[in-house]
Amino acid sequence: MPNEISGAEILLKSLELEGVDLVFGIPGGAILQAYDSLYDSPIRHVLVRHEQGGGHMASGYAHATGRVGVTIATSGPGATNLVTPLADAYMDSIPVVAITAQVPSTSIGLDAFQETHTWGIAMPVTKHNELVTETSEIAGAVHEAFHLAKTGRPGPVLVDITKDALVGTASFTGSKKIDLPGYKPSVKGHSRQVKAAIDLIMESERPVLYAGGGTIRAEASRELTQFAELLRLPTVTTLMARGVIPDSHDLALGMPGMHGCYTASTAMQKSDLLINIGARFDDRVTGNPEFFAPHARVIHVDVDPAEIGKIRFVDVPIVGDAKAVLTQLIEIATKRLDGHEAPARSAWFDTIRSWQRDFPLTFNQEEDGPIQQQYVIEQLHKATGGDAIVVAGVGQHQMWTSQFWGFERPNTWINSGGLGTMGYAVPASIGAQAGMPNETVICIDGDGCFQMTFQELITAATENIPVKIVVMNNASLGMVRQWQKLFFNERFSATDLSYENPDIVMLAEAMGCVGLRAETPDEVIPTIEKGLAVTDRPVVMEFRCDRDAMVFPMIKAGGSNDFILMGPEDIT
Amino acid sequence: MSEHQMHHVISVTVENKPGVLARVASMFARRDFNIHSLTVGPTEDPSRSRMTVVVDGPEMEQIVKQLYKLVHTLKVSEHKPGEAVEREIMLLRVNADPKRRSEILEAANVFEAKAVDVGATTVTFEVVGEPGRLADFHEMMKTYGIASLVKSGRIALAKDSKSMTKKQKRTA
Ligand SMILES: Cc1ncc(C[n+]2csc(CCOP(=O)(O)OP(=O)(O)O)c2C)c(N)n1
Ligand SMILES: [Mg+2]
Repeated sequence: MPNEISGAEILLKSLELEGVDLVFGIPGGAILQAYDSLYDSPIRHVLVRHEQGGGHMASGYAHATGRVGVTIATSGPGATNLVTPLADAYMDSIPVVAITAQVPSTSIGLDAFQETHTWGIAMPVTKHNELVTETSEIAGAVHEAFHLAKTGRPGPVLVDITKDALVGTASFTGSKKIDLPGYKPSVKGHSRQVKAAIDLIMESERPVLYAGGGTIRAEASRELTQFAELLRLPTVTTLMARGVIPDSHDLALGMPGMHGCYTASTAMQKSDLLINIGARFDDRVTGNPEFFAPHARVIHVDVDPAEIGKIRFVDVPIVGDAKAVLTQLIEIATKRLDGHEAPARSAWFDTIRSWQRDFPLTFNQEEDGPIQQQYVIEQLHKATGGDAIVVAGVGQHQMWTSQFWGFERPNTWINSGGLGTMGYAVPASIGAQAGMPNETVICIDGDGCFQMTFQELITAATENIPVKIVVMNNASLGMVRQWQKLFFNERFSATDLSYENPDIVMLAEAMGCVGLRAETPDEVIPTIEKGLAVTDRPVVMEFRCDRDAMVFPMIKAGGSNDFILMGPEDIT
Repeated sequence: MSEHQMHHVISVTVENKPGVLARVASMFARRDFNIHSLTVGPTEDPSRSRMTVVVDGPEMEQIVKQLYKLVHTLKVSEHKPGEAVEREIMLLRVNADPKRRSEILEAANVFEAKAVDVGATTVTFEVVGEPGRLADFHEMMKTYGIASLVKSGRIALAKDSKSMTKKQKRTA
C-alpha cells in the first residue's frame, strides 16, 4: 500500500509524538528492524553495554527529569536482562517504558531462537505490559504505555512487539488515541475527606507530616512545603522523598526509619496524628508495624487506593494525586484559619527541639585515621555548594549520603529505595546526566555496587556523558558486614572485597574516564577538587574508606521504633 | 457455618483480551490471596469476559483494590449473601453395586440430581444448583463411596436491583 510505513517506523514516530528525544538500548535479531529505522530518526540512542544498565538509565533519566524514560531491548536475553530495572522502577513508581522485540508471531510458543515469554515474565514487575502482534496496533500500544507510565501511580510499562509486526506495514495516522476503558486514576480528593483531614489536624497536639516518594512523583514540593508552613507541621521525608522540603527548613526533621535520624523516627512514634502524603508505611520506615506509632491516628493520601489500609488502619483515607490533594488541603485550611495563626503546639515543638539537640547525626573524622564516608560526603557537599543531583547505590554509603547530604530541592536525590538494587547507581546516574546535561550529577557508589554495573562507564565515556562517580571503597559489602558484626558474632561470611582488586583508577582509565584516588583524609579535598574540575569526561574518584565504620542510628529489622540504637554500645 | 459461607463471592468484569486470566491469577498468587474457585467465560458483550472468584474472607478490601489495579479490569463487585444468584455444577460418580442402585437413585431424586452415566458398578450424577445443595448431596453420597468428583467452580450474577427474590437469604 502506498501510504503505509513499517511497524518499526511507526514505533519511532509514535515515540517522537510522545516527545521522546533520548532512548537507552542495545540491538539484536528480533529488534533489528527498529534499529534500522532508528538510524534515520532524530531520537538520540545511547548504546548501553548491558540491558540492565539501559533500564536503570531510563529510570535515572525519569527520576531526574520527571519525564518518561525509555529503554529498548531485543527478545529473549535482552528482555530478561530488563527484569531487575523493571522491578526496581515498579517498586519506586518510576515512569519507564520498555520496548522489547519478540520472535515472529508465527513462532511464539515453539521455543524459537531467543524466545522468552516476555510479558509473562514482566507481569509481576510492571504496572502493565502488552504483546503486540499486529503492525496496526503498535502506535496505540505505545501511546497507552506512555499514558499508563506517567499517570496515576507512575510505573514501568513494557511493550513487547513481534518481529513480523515491526517488519510489516500499516498506515500511520499520527493519532494518539488510546483505549483503556478500565483505567481511571483519581486526581482530586473527596472534598468531605479533605475537610475531615483538616479537622483532625486542627485537633491534633502532636502531628507529623509524613512525606513519601509520591510527593516527588507528583511534583508537589511547593505545595507540601506550603502546607507544612501553613499548619506548622513537623515534616519527615522518607528515603524516596528526600529534598521535597528543604533539609534546612525549620520544620524538616529528616529521614525516619531503620537508619533515619532519631528525631524523625521518634516524632512519628510519639505522634498523635500521622499525615501520610504519598508514602506507603514501608517496613524500613515502620519497623514492626504492630509497635509503630501506637497513639497516632492516620490521614493517608495516595493516588493508589490499594496503598490505603494495606499496612496500617487509616482514619481518613484520601485517594488522589498528592499535588491536587495538597492544594485542596491548603485551600480548606486557609479558610478554616481565617487569617489566624495555626496552633503553636509549643510543647510538641519543645520536645522535638530537645531530641534534635540531644540526638543529632554525628561522625568523627580523625586526622590520621581511615577516611570516613560521611566526611567525603560533607566535603563533596561543600565543594558543590550542594548544587548537584546525587545518585546512590545500596548499602552503607547510600544511608550516609541520605543522612548527610542535605537536600534542598526535589529530584536531586536518586536511589533505589523499594528494591534496594545494587548496581543501580552507575547507570542511573548516567541516565540522569544524559537527561540533565547542565547539572552536576554525582554518583556515590559502594565498591560492591560499583562492581555490578561498572561496564556502563564505557557508555558514559563514549557517549560524552560526563558524570562524576565516587566509589566509597571500604573493601567490603559493608552493610551486610555491619549486620554480621552486630548480629552474627563478627562471622564475616562472604563480605570481604579487596581495596586493590580491581584497581579502580586503572579500571576507570581503561574505560575512557579519569581515575582519581584518595587514601588518607588529607587527600580527600584535593581529590574532590580535581574530580569536580573534570567536565569533558566521566570521572571516577575512589576513596579508600574505613572498613569497620557502621551506620547509626539503627533500628533492628522487625523491631520496634521505640528502640533506636545510637551506636555499637547500644547493642545488647 | 459451612465452609462456603466464610467465602466471599466477587464478579470481575474484564476486557476480553488474551492473557487476562493469567494476569488475574498471577496477581492473586503474587499477593498471596487464596482463591477458592475461579471461573471465567464470555458475557452478553463479546468484548468482555466475566469472572466469578470465590475467595477467603479477611483480605476482601485489598483483593478488590488490587483487582482494580489491573488495567484490563472494568468492574469488580462483591456479592453479599443473598444478593446474587450463585450456581455450581458438580459431576459425581458414586460406587453403586446393583444391590444399592435403587436406593442411591432415590436419594439422588430428592436433590434433583440427574443420572448422566450408568456403568456396571457406578452411577454418575449431575447436580446443578446453589453451592450448599451440592455440598449436601456430596455429603450424602459419601456413605456409598465416591469414585470421583468434579466441580465447575461458582458462577454468580448480581440480582436485579428490583429483584422480588432479593430479600431471600442464601439457603446455602
Ligand atoms: C543485587 C543485590 N544483591 C545483593 C544485595 C544485598 N546487599 C545489600 S547492601 C550490600 C552490600 C553493598 O556493598 P557496597 O556496594 O560495597 O556498599 P557498602 O555497604 O559497603 O557501602 C549487599 C550485598 C542487594 N541489595 N542487591
Ligand atoms: Mg563497600
